[in-house]
Amino acid sequence: MTENVIGSAMVVGGGIGGIQSALDLANAGFFVYLVEKSPAIGGVMSALDKTFPTNDCSMCILSPKLVEVGRHRNIRLLTLSEVESVAGEAGNFTVTVRERPRYIDVEKCIACGKCAEKCPRKVKNEFNQGFSERKAAYVPYPQAVPLKYAIDAAHCIYFEKGKCRACEKFCPTGAVNFTQTETLHHIDVGAVILSPGFSPYNPAGVDRYGYGVLPNVITSMEFERILSASGPFEGHLVRPSDHQEPQKIAWLQCVGSRDIREDAHGYCSGICCMAAIKEALVAMEHAGSGLDTAIFYMDMRTHGKGFEQTFNQAREVAGVRFVRARVHSIEPADSHDLKITCFLDSGELHEEIFNLVVLSVGMEISKETRQLAEKLGVAVDSDGFAATSGFSPVATSRPGVFVSGAFAGPKDIPQTVVEASAAASASAALLAQARNRLTHERTYPDAMPVSGQTPRIGVFVCHCGTNIAGIVDVPSVRDYAQTLPDVVFATNNLFTCSQDTQQSIRQAIVEHGLNRVVVAACTPRTHEPLFQETLQEAGLNPYLFEFANIRDQNAWVHQKNPEAATQKARDLVRMAVARVSLLEAIEPLKIPVNPVALVIGAGVAGMSAALNLADQGFEIWLIERESQLGGHARQVRQIWNNEPVQPLLSCLIERVQNHESIHCLTGAEITAIDGFVGNFSTKVQTHQGLHTIAHGAVILATGGQPLQTTEYLCGQSGRVTTWHELEYLFDQYPEKLASATGIAFIQCVGSREPERPYCSRICCTASVQGAIRLKEKKPELRVVIFYRDMRTFGQREALYQKARGMGVIFIRYSAEDKPVVEVDAQGGLLITALDPILDRRLQIPVDYLNLATAIVPTEGQKQIAQMLKVPLNDDGFYLEAHVKLRPVDFSTDGVFVCGLAHYPKPIEESVAQGQAAASRASALLVKESIDIAPIVSVVDESRCIGCGLCEASCSFGAIRLKKVTGKGYRAENISALCKGCGVCAAACPQQAIDMKHFRETQILAALCAGAAA
Amino acid sequence: MSDAFEPTIIAFCCKYCAYAAADLAGSMRLSYPANIKISQVPCTGRVDIVHLLKAIEDGADGVYVAGCMEGDCHFVSGNLKALKRVTCVKKTLAELGMEPERVEMFNLSSAMGPRFAEIAIEMTDRIRKLGPSPVRRQPQPEAAAE
Repeated sequence: MTENVIGSAMVVGGGIGGIQSALDLANAGFFVYLVEKSPAIGGVMSALDKTFPTNDCSMCILSPKLVEVGRHRNIRLLTLSEVESVAGEAGNFTVTVRERPRYIDVEKCIACGKCAEKCPRKVKNEFNQGFSERKAAYVPYPQAVPLKYAIDAAHCIYFEKGKCRACEKFCPTGAVNFTQTETLHHIDVGAVILSPGFSPYNPAGVDRYGYGVLPNVITSMEFERILSASGPFEGHLVRPSDHQEPQKIAWLQCVGSRDIREDAHGYCSGICCMAAIKEALVAMEHAGSGLDTAIFYMDMRTHGKGFEQTFNQAREVAGVRFVRARVHSIEPADSHDLKITCFLDSGELHEEIFNLVVLSVGMEISKETRQLAEKLGVAVDSDGFAATSGFSPVATSRPGVFVSGAFAGPKDIPQTVVEASAAASASAALLAQARNRLTHERTYPDAMPVSGQTPRIGVFVCHCGTNIAGIVDVPSVRDYAQTLPDVVFATNNLFTCSQDTQQSIRQAIVEHGLNRVVVAACTPRTHEPLFQETLQEAGLNPYLFEFANIRDQNAWVHQKNPEAATQKARDLVRMAVARVSLLEAIEPLKIPVNPVALVIGAGVAGMSAALNLADQGFEIWLIERESQLGGHARQVRQIWNNEPVQPLLSCLIERVQNHESIHCLTGAEITAIDGFVGNFSTKVQTHQGLHTIAHGAVILATGGQPLQTTEYLCGQSGRVTTWHELEYLFDQYPEKLASATGIAFIQCVGSREPERPYCSRICCTASVQGAIRLKEKKPELRVVIFYRDMRTFGQREALYQKARGMGVIFIRYSAEDKPVVEVDAQGGLLITALDPILDRRLQIPVDYLNLATAIVPTEGQKQIAQMLKVPLNDDGFYLEAHVKLRPVDFSTDGVFVCGLAHYPKPIEESVAQGQAAASRASALLVKESIDIAPIVSVVDESRCIGCGLCEASCSFGAIRLKKVTGKGYRAENISALCKGCGVCAAACPQQAIDMKHFRETQILAALCAGAAA
Repeated sequence: MSDAFEPTIIAFCCKYCAYAAADLAGSMRLSYPANIKISQVPCTGRVDIVHLLKAIEDGADGVYVAGCMEGDCHFVSGNLKALKRVTCVKKTLAELGMEPERVEMFNLSSAMGPRFAEIAIEMTDRIRKLGPSPVRRQPQPEAAAE
């Protein structure tokens, strides 16, 4: 590697993966160029309606990240841009980026939408999948970042005919610029992360689906837009042909996936089963009762965290019909309806009429992405996915170029986010010596003292284009604000969030001597940080700010009643003014960070996390309960792609053991963890004695274990084994394999059961691989796998195909009718099970039976969770901060999770998650001190009577009684642990506890102003 | 009078769930009566008995607290504490001879925009039927003399 390491990275692709990589790197001291080929970031996720399994609104959870990227000082967005070439080597690349002209000056554009309004050319809106139209001057979607219009040269009349330029004429800021040309940028970066994402499989031209010919056959991506509240039909569930509400909808799974024909892909796309369930549930929610939904599938692959529970709920509670059948054709029926023909399990021919058919299209790698890989010299496999290795899942074949998301194989959002963080930490380890070299810290002028001064309030009322002003009489709200006590300035703005308005807010603060600001606009959820920053830039403490939500909670919900909306806007402004006049400046709470991490568990996840952080330059304590490192991986033979595990594992262990920054403690037990983010103290008992370790972050990699079962004669017969035991038995006694004629595997032992409803994710692949190995050793061996749904997700599907090709027999069973295992007269095993294809009960004699038992959390997990006060889910696995977008974080700062402790997962996912946890931890550990939310409770000791109700009410151990000489006990707040909920303040009978920013007086002032309408 | 009666209703919404659900109701362009005015709190656990009573005293005809789903509180159990306080205030109102239904507790997740609108409609209908708060109805003639 080069000595001239550059402290910046380029992320290619602005979907959720690219966004996460960019944020992680930029927050860890590296400058980031985020390259996106379209005019705005957001990727596929921005077009989804909801996300499974929680059915969170996709845009709601994505939007704050978009905003953060757009505002980040250390991220430079290059939209309409594509990478041409990458020269140089790891640590020191020069990337050539081609940026196409936007024909709109982003510095001048205020996103008022005039250009689009005046543009005479209508084109199909690709964001809405062509169900609606946009103009040639457009933004891809309303929440786009950057929120800047673009002119689509391919459709612009001026570019076609040489005249029009209506947009230019009407643009109020002169932002339209038809002279812009293509620009070539040569950018020096140390690392490159590829996250170009996937393209949905295009079923057009594939006869069997009738897509493109039959108007009511649509793809799942199109259905997402139909469901979306901001979509072409505003969330009204209608079908394309006649805009009527469908009564019956069918989903066809595996369209373009698990299909070895020329025009499709053999791999499983991994996400479509859950997507279809989600879409069916959301459709039923939209349509109310009476909507009939049917999902036609081969195997339901609901193998992720919380997925099986959603599947159960859809089937048992919501009444979604699941039909196991591969539909062979869709034909037109009367009035644009569709006739589906398929063979049911029973062998009977089934025909059914639906009003709408949704094709659950899979993922594929686009031609452009393949070309990108070729240009960069990055190897891809036969499916077009970037080639990676199980122990380095985000490294491509070219050193210094990393990959995340669907380009490295089909996957869902959380796994993409995990890989994105992993790619960031892999880059950070490479560039560690150049950290903080190219980044800028934001500095603000010293805040003016305001305490004791009479409030001088400025009120800024937003039109939000026509979003607010179309309903609310904005000038009258402004005039009303002017009459309120202490308001010395009030104005209205077309877009209060625009760059130029920030300038005018700063000016108003200075010119009018404002010491409090109210913005009446969209919602504080997305925009409060922006205005708080503007205040800081003008020398005002950011907490001297209040938001009046007059869009999301007013104009948008009272569209039919403009008068009432205007009156309510006045009321909300009055409440905000009353509150802001009592708000106080709050100084940031800084706490120092100890740049040491403690990693609990030295399996592959924990070791990957430890090694990455150590490579980034941090000191690590790696704690392992067993006497040696490696965890469960010590027993695993192969990654799904057939790479042997043991050599790779030995190499990883060796690197960990020899790393000078990693201290390993084996045979170690954690006895106590105290402290909080940046400042933990942990007691560890080993044979050598008790260690007390001070550290700033904790990574939980406590692993999992196979369930011990008594089902299927396990524990009673030596011929019944679990997981890896069978092959070890054969290794030890080859004669046992030599004499065996039949072997069986039973799947889902203890998983997908009422008491353990989740799917253990890895067992199908493990058993199929085991079956293949046995067949390879002894082709004449009869190998039978009893399964419920074969879940060889993603490219693992190739294993399933291979096993069937080798003659492995797959027999499906149901939870209600499990196989029965007996010892036969010869001492062998006899398995009786119903074969649903033959519809006959079979008796299969085998010599050995191997059980794929559930993966369960370790016993110690609960105690660790209690010590750190982090939550577990119903199944006993750690519960992350957000299932989609914060897959390795906890809501408790400074604590991270990876590996089986989070959920059962294969090795490559454990490695990626370990590296992701390292990425998240490094963003904390690089800082000398961190600002913690200063909205905390404060105790007035003189009023405290030491009753202890506060201590009892606090869920975070942030308030406790201390002994005060001569006074008994008094409450004391530990700000670093305080989460700012205010429960203690409400619990205190003496009103001795108040909460900053939500003080009693502040709440009551707003209340009084609101109640006295 | 009661035909034209438009109640004033205060809703304490927690930042993480109910407030976000209210925003979602907006982005879904749902419709509910303009009588609801939202006051954001970090957690419904911050809402004190005093706040609820004070809202009524200051002239609100109804007041409700909307927090996360039970078990999903961002701060572990603030919403359960809020429920206790709401229950207590209902009792107090009944003892004072007022309708306890003027005060209510709701739970919803941030994804439940439609439920937020439903609650707003439900509460407005309920308070409309109850009529103006007695505190408003009788402007405390003797109180000033005290």
